[in-house]
Amino acid sequence: MTIRKILAASAAVLVCALAPLSAQADTAGKKIALSNNYAGNSWRQAMLTSWDKVTKEAVKAGVVSAADAFTTAENQATEQAAQIQNMILQGYDAIVINAASPTALNGAVKAACDAGITVVSFDGIVTEPCAWRIAVNFKEMGRSQVEYLSKKLPKGGNLLEIRGLAGVFVDDEISAGIHEGVKQFPQFKIAGSVHGDWAQDVAQRAVAGILPSLPDIAAVVTQGGDGYGAAQAFEAAKRPTPVIVMGNREDELQWWKKQKDANGYETMSVSIAPGVSTLAFWVAQQILDGKDVKKDLTVPFLRIDQDTLDESVKTTQKGGVANVEYSQADAEKVIAGAK
Amino acid sequence: MKKGLSANTLRLMIPVVSLAVLLMAVFWLQPRAMSYMGMNLLFNLAVPIALATIAQMLIIAVNDLDLSIGTFVSFAACVTAVYLPTAPVTGIAILAAAIAAYAVIGIVIHLRDLPSIVVTLGMSFVWGGLAVLILPAPGGTAPVWLRSLMTAAIPVVPLAIVASIVIAIVAHLVVMRSTLGVAIRGVGGNSRSVARAGWSVLRIKAAAYALSGLFSVLAGMALVGLTTSADANIALRYTLLSIAGVILGGGEFVGGRVSPLGAVVGALTLTLAGSFLSFLRISPDWQIGAQGAVLIIVLGLRLLLSRREA
Repeated sequence: MTIRKILAASAAVLVCALAPLSAQADTAGKKIALSNNYAGNSWRQAMLTSWDKVTKEAVKAGVVSAADAFTTAENQATEQAAQIQNMILQGYDAIVINAASPTALNGAVKAACDAGITVVSFDGIVTEPCAWRIAVNFKEMGRSQVEYLSKKLPKGGNLLEIRGLAGVFVDDEISAGIHEGVKQFPQFKIAGSVHGDWAQDVAQRAVAGILPSLPDIAAVVTQGGDGYGAAQAFEAAKRPTPVIVMGNREDELQWWKKQKDANGYETMSVSIAPGVSTLAFWVAQQILDGKDVKKDLTVPFLRIDQDTLDESVKTTQKGGVANVEYSQADAEKVIAGAK
Repeated sequence: MKKGLSANTLRLMIPVVSLAVLLMAVFWLQPRAMSYMGMNLLFNLAVPIALATIAQMLIIAVNDLDLSIGTFVSFAACVTAVYLPTAPVTGIAILAAAIAAYAVIGIVIHLRDLPSIVVTLGMSFVWGGLAVLILPAPGGTAPVWLRSLMTAAIPVVPLAIVASIVIAIVAHLVVMRSTLGVAIRGVGGNSRSVARAGWSVLRIKAAAYALSGLFSVLAGMALVGLTTSADANIALRYTLLSIAGVILGGGEFVGGRVSPLGAVVGALTLTLAGSFLSFLRISPDWQIGAQGAVLIIVLGLRLLLSRREA
């Protein structure tokens, strides 16, 4: 009896000791590659830096054996297709892609899948069905702004909408989301709409131009990169500053913090973190680990609120965008959320 | 006679030797490449590049230069992906019209004595615009027969190699053996003497441009067969790749001195150079420079040998 108990106990101890080990050991010998099409702006640079930082630690911890990043020199789809085919030959177990084209890589992606390789695309996603996609839900990004405002300003009021670059898919999507939000919370009315081209100076000029014709504005809904310009325009016109939703840019956060310290100004800020590359890395690792993962996942927004503002201002580089690196637990949460 | 032959062989030898050296280096770096699947993955994207290089070579053979090949191949790819699966008759009609347009471009360049670089640079915007009109957002599908042709599993030798050899032989027969091919090279060498011999230089140029258009259309179709769908910007880099391929393969910008076999080998070498650098793990910042260095080394070798020849 006692011997049996001891045996059972020691077996249990063994299982407990082995369990976390075996969960890790499953991907310890796996190699993951990043195929990136472009590195020419600060967002992409931050994306690559985040990848490098997080994967280096993961390799050191023995989660995977390698996580190499490759960027094509000319941002061309045929070049990236060749790069992916080279990765197949190099024996990677998973390829994480930020694609130059949603369709032109499909042949190479299919070849990788046929070779038993896990393909995860993010940001610039691919349409080939065998690959996983981690896409940005721009519509929800617009809608969530109005939802936040409905809590902040229960009585509603007039909204000024600042749009992005006319004719670009992202601009249409965010704007559609904002209009959806206004339908959902009918106490708000869009009193005016201008194109700010995601640039502070353009937004400032556009807002200054339309302001004299507008009634009292309760809040400004934006697309990112335009909040600071809008604030400047309101200040120059000597009008009361409305609630301006920000887009995680460093100058926007700095302005917000200054206002907050001076008069307790409240708003929120939302955008996509360049560190989404690390989320894709962990998702690929989870798939390699045998987890059941849905093919279509959504990038979580990086939202900054009143209480997280100070921290974000401190960590955001001058002229950059607020960033966050994702962990294995974050990836598990995103995967669970998609089911 | 014998001396001329040896010069030509020498001209072809350099690209073949550089391809072999590069291939051995790749095998050494990545032994996995030394297999049926490996060879296919290394070279299948070279098939459309080889076709585009032949297209460029036909233009270079008449002393012109085509800067619109990249956008034209993209345009052909868009037409293939949008029309061929659902409305093959319309699709083939558009592609035929595009080839006819190429012949007209050749005629206009000859009649008005315009610089081909300027005309084709202008045309590149026309083709780019048409491609966006046909396919505003990336998409479309490859016709089933084309997809199965480009992914066919031929026993023993991978399709990419077989296709390259077929392209080289067909181009060789057309350019080096047929009457038209001799006439095309003759126009590049000395158009006045060709005219004096009773040929119509206008017709020959129109034929050269039309043939080039045909090979570009084939390049676009092959590309769609590999990628399964198209994008209006899919082949922009083919313009420069095709020129580099012709020169690397022993062709010269003037004088009608071109080599179809060399052009195909040149296209393969360029594709392989990209893979080689990627296997070497050279940072992307240096890759364009390194690719240029490979080109300069090969061309430098050629210059040295041709000096000795002289």
